[in-house]
Amino acid sequence: MTTKRIVVGAHYGLKDWLAQRITALVLAAYTLILLVTLLATPTLDYGSWAAIFGSGWMKVCTVLALISLSWHAWIGVRDIYMDYIKPTGVRLLLQVLTILALVGYACWAVIILWRV
Amino acid sequence: MAEVAGRAGAKSRPEFRNIHVFQLSSYRLPLAGIVSILHRISGALMFLVGIPFILYLFEQSLTSEISFENYRAIVSGWFAKLVLLALIWAYLHHFCAGIRYLVMDVHLALDKEQARGTALSVLVVSLALTFVVGLKLFGVF
Repeated sequence: MTTKRIVVGAHYGLKDWLAQRITALVLAAYTLILLVTLLATPTLDYGSWAAIFGSGWMKVCTVLALISLSWHAWIGVRDIYMDYIKPTGVRLLLQVLTILALVGYACWAVIILWRV
Repeated sequence: MAEVAGRAGAKSRPEFRNIHVFQLSSYRLPLAGIVSILHRISGALMFLVGIPFILYLFEQSLTSEISFENYRAIVSGWFAKLVLLALIWAYLHHFCAGIRYLVMDVHLALDKEQARGTALSVLVVSLALTFVVGLKLFGVF
């Protein structure tokens, strides 16, 4: 067991591994929900498309998928940095930018959804 | 991993290191390895290009009827279609390979032949689906 924990490392344990899988399952479920909804929509124009995301439960599903996507992408991208980016400062900078981007994307998506 | 010769004089024990980037082309990756590196590449592609581009399209398609027409104009361009096709491949590959990992997590198909078989299935299914969606995207049917 290591005593020197790396600041820009993983979270040492089962948590991230499990989170990656659970968020993956949520995203797979959302993919199927969206696919079935689209297949059940005979003509896809602005009205029917906006109606899909106008419903409350679809908004909730989409937000849950967005949270899962951000979390999933964070773990995956961080793993890539951990493998290829060795200088601590550069890795920290990339990690911070990644978190800011993902949180920003999630906010943007919520803004888009709540305008419908 | 590439084998590196041990120190002269010392007991020659094989030493395994990560391969150098210039050895990539000569390194014969097994099918499972190809699926694995493509899983990583497709994930990075979706993070770098996919999320911002899809969110932009999502915004254009949902904001108003005018922006919806704008969205349709954007996705009718050939370059946008190529980007979308790459993203669709990335999603399908990531999806199929991800399911393969989930299956292996519950200790199924772990031996060499089965793992090779599922890796091949991931490549075949994701590429076939990408091909079909690509035909639809470029208006063949």
